[in-house]
Formats: sequence, structure tokens, C-alpha cells
Amino acid sequence: MTDLTKLTIAEARDGLKTKDYTSLELTDAFIANIEAANAQLNAYVAVTADKAREMARASDEKLAKGEGGALEGIPLGVKDLFATEGVHTQACSHILDGFKPAYESTVTANLWADGAVMLGKLNMDEFAMGSSNETSYYGPVINPWRKTGSNQDLVPGGSSGGSATAVAARLCMGATATDTGGSIRQPAAFTGTVGIKPTYGRCSRWGVVAFASSLDQAGPIANTVRDSAILLKSMASVDPKDTTSVDIEVPDYEAAIGNSVKGLKIGIPAEYRMDGMPDEIEDLWQKGIAWLKDAGAEIVDIAMPHTKYALPAYYIVAPAEASSNLARYDGVRYGLRVPGKDIVEMYENTRAEGFGEEVQRRILIGTYVLSAGYYDAYYLKAQKVRTLIKRDFDLAWENGVDAILTPATPSAAFGVADQDLHSDPVKMYLNDIFTVTVNMAGLPGISVPAGLNKEGLPLGLQLIGKPFDESTLFQVGQVIEDAAGSFQAEKWWG
Amino acid sequence: MSVDTETVKRVARLARIKVSEDDATRMTGELNAILGFVEQLDEVNIDGVEPLTSVVEQTMKKRVDGVTDGNKAADIVKNAPASEDNFFMVPKVVE
Repeated sequence: MTDLTKLTIAEARDGLKTKDYTSLELTDAFIANIEAANAQLNAYVAVTADKAREMARASDEKLAKGEGGALEGIPLGVKDLFATEGVHTQACSHILDGFKPAYESTVTANLWADGAVMLGKLNMDEFAMGSSNETSYYGPVINPWRKTGSNQDLVPGGSSGGSATAVAARLCMGATATDTGGSIRQPAAFTGTVGIKPTYGRCSRWGVVAFASSLDQAGPIANTVRDSAILLKSMASVDPKDTTSVDIEVPDYEAAIGNSVKGLKIGIPAEYRMDGMPDEIEDLWQKGIAWLKDAGAEIVDIAMPHTKYALPAYYIVAPAEASSNLARYDGVRYGLRVPGKDIVEMYENTRAEGFGEEVQRRILIGTYVLSAGYYDAYYLKAQKVRTLIKRDFDLAWENGVDAILTPATPSAAFGVADQDLHSDPVKMYLNDIFTVTVNMAGLPGISVPAGLNKEGLPLGLQLIGKPFDESTLFQVGQVIEDAAGSFQAEKWWG
Repeated sequence: MSVDTETVKRVARLARIKVSEDDATRMTGELNAILGFVEQLDEVNIDGVEPLTSVVEQTMKKRVDGVTDGNKAADIVKNAPASEDNFFMVPKVVE
């Protein structure tokens, strides 16, 4: 029998329908992979094997009757940021110790309504703050990819590092993830997987632990462009419980795949060519341009003059919103409580022990930029710069550009506990330099694997789309996938 | 702009995070690195630019101003470190 865990979601969907195998067989195969690999890769922080088998059996009953939803019987992993009823939901923070919500996030509820099976909760940077999955209270996730001939542990990127590793190492068929500054696209690029951050307002934020509310969006990580389209179709919805959810019907994203890109206008912004950017990133970008040109797309140079200001503006806006959102962790209503001589000392002790270093750093920056006398100089200015960043994109769309092609990250995956990156927080932040513009403007962006560097590590290209035009990203993304091929890490684990 | 250790301690107090002298010293350097990085925004001409308040042009949806209590008190206190009779328990705040 073929290895069921190597199937794509699209293939498994067909195989389940024709009863080549059952959802229980598929689910058991993934549970076996998780049991064998998780001690080394640390992708899951909670495995819900019993629940998974129960859901798989229910799916098999439906499939036997020729019924079932779009994801009937498909085993998925869920980032620990999504509330899952009665199941570990701690944003991989010490401060949410033991938290089990009495409700389900809209995104995961949509997946279960479509028949998906939950394998467990996935590791991530604490409160989604990080680019290497090393700020997790549960320890770092290890990238299944290694440099050729090396056994050094590499990071999978972050914050959705558990999701990316689990998909790349076949510990689930697909995973939910979230992206505030690049947290879906950067780990996807580091692990040779596909990740899409949809337009702000496309997926409901209800039941997703909040980091920076004006930037946070949920999206999938999967092994192929088509699989990510299938997952996003189920995750996205119009939700009255999220006031920023937008009332636009969710299209059939899969229908766009395979359509010709002939005549589409693809913008290339010179401002994404950064000082000191490695040649391999520039080469990858040129390869992407050539592929799209060969497929009949029209390549146009565009100007995005405010690109370099997106990251500094982000590091005002995101911490400001985080400091406000994370005020709720006070040791009173849920999670960790560390006693003190009075209530204020209890708050201070709880938050000092419950939050890790990176989260504390961002809360302090956020508190500082919002404090009396500094609001105009920092937050207000950053929000004005944000208007200019969005205007750069608006002008491109007005000029008839259909999508923008850029590199996804300025480098391939780096080592766990990299001294250079840990000595200066800003260096770590630079990982998001190509992805963060998209969050600031609320646009959709997809990262598609496009090749391996000379050390054998995957690199991704990013496509940025018009608001609510995820379909074009899947359409163009498929062309890149067809040209580049797919990439699988050589198995050294479990 | 840069911060000194006293400012870091004051901000930590505002954020209700206990910091030791060593923490405050370490954080002062880190915060100044970040504040130094964001200083490049001073190069941008923002005269007459409106701040971005929403990335999607949509009128905020309004809900009915009705009671949505749900009778879920037990669910709400279920995760509390200390509760009694559906109340959250905290150290004494009033003498």
C-alpha cells in the first residue's frame, strides 16, 4: 500500500470518495508519523489522537453513505492560537497554562463543519511574536530541512513554525496558521510549503487569540497551491461575530487553478531589492519573472517608494496593539497566577513570570509609544506612514497590475539559537521585510516554493494580490509551482 | 529618542510587569535598538496624510443592543485560577 501521508489533500479527497482507504486509516497513518517524529521536531504541543479517531469514524460513516463536506475525513493540524473547545489553547505561552476554552474559533468550526479531522495543536512563537519559533514556552520547532551534508538543526521560521514543520514533515495534510507580519509566508518559505495570508477580513478572527488586531489574519499552510486553495475555501467565511469580517461571498478558489496567466500584468517593485540581499534571492526572483513571462504574463516595473518604512512602522503599530490586547492576562480570569502581597503585585508577578522575553519587550515598546506625550510622535506617525504604504499598492492596482511578484524572505532558514540574530532584536525582525508590507495594507499574499539554494534549502517567492482577489494568487501560484516543481526534505527524523 | 533605565522601569510599572534592576538594564538597550530602528520614519513626509484607521473600506457593522448574557457564568469562571460561587477571586483590594 502507498504511504497515505504522502498524499495531497486533493488526492486524498478523491481516494476517500472512491473508498480506496478510510479516513481512520489516513488518520492513523498521521498519528503514527507524529508519534515517531514529534520528539525530534517538536511540531505538536498537544496531540488529540482519540478525538481524531472519533472524528475520522464519523467521517467514514458519512463517506460510506456518499455524503460529507469539502474536507470530509482530511486530518489537519491547528495552530495553538485558535480556540478549540475543551482542548489545549495556550498561544504557546506560560501565562495561558491549562487554558481550555468553552468555545470554538470560527475558522476551526468551519473546518470541522466541512468534515476535517483534528490531529492536535501546533507549536508556535509565544502569542505569534517571533520569526523562528524559538519564543515558544514549549521550546523551538525543528525544520525538517537541513543543509546538504549537515546535521545542524535549523528553525522552521515563525510564528507558524509548528504548522510549517508539520506540513513539510507529513505530520498532517494541512494546517491552520496566522500571519500578522509574515507568520504564514516566512515559515512556508523556510520549509518548502505553500502558505497564504488572505485579505484582512476574509477569515474571521473570532476565537483566535489576538496579537495585533488590525493586522492579524488566519490562513492555511499546505503542500501544494491547490491544497491551500481547498483549505482557504473552508476557513474563510462571513462572520457576524467579527466586526471586521467583510461581507463578500467566498469564491471557489480551486476553480482559478489551471487558468492561463496570459495577458496578466505582474508588477516587479525594485524597492524589494535590499542592500546586502544574497545573490541566490535575486536569482530566484529572476527565475520567477522568467517563468511568468514564459507563461504569457506581462512583466512591468512598478514603484513602491515606501516599502522600506513598512517594517519600522510595523514595529510601532503591532506592539502598540499587542500591549493593549495582552492587558487581559492578569492572573484573574484564566491561566497562570503568581501570588503577591496585594493585587497589583500579583499582576506584576504573574505577567513577569508568564510572559517570555520577546513578548515583554513588545509590551514595553507598545506601552511606551502609546504613553502620554509620545502618541503623536510614534503611533499616529506610523499610521500615517501606513496610509502611504497602502497608497503605493493602490497606485499599482490603478495602473492595471494584477499581482506583484517579490521574494518571500531575505534568506533561507537559519540555525537554531543563532548568536548573531539573538544579540539584536532588530536583526530577527528583518526576516519579515518582504512580507510585512502586505499586512500593513491588508492585502492577500501567498508564498510558493520556487527552488533550493546552493546549500539545499528551500526558498519561496511571494505573490501579492488585490483586496479579496486570492483567486489570482492561486492561479499565478500554480504557474510557479508547475515551473519550479515540488520539494521534499530528505527524511532524517523518526 | 531614546529611553533610560528609569523610563523603562516606569513603563514596566504601567504595563504591570515586574522587572529587576538587571532586567531593566538589559531591556533599556533592547528598547533603544528598536526605537533607533523606527527613527527612520522621520525621513517620511507625512504632511497632510490621514492616518490609516481601517485597511478595508467598510462601514463598521453594528449589532442589536440587546442582552446576550447566555447564562454561561460557569463556563466563564471555569478557567479561573480561583473562583467561588461564579465569582473571580482576587486578593483583598478594599480594607
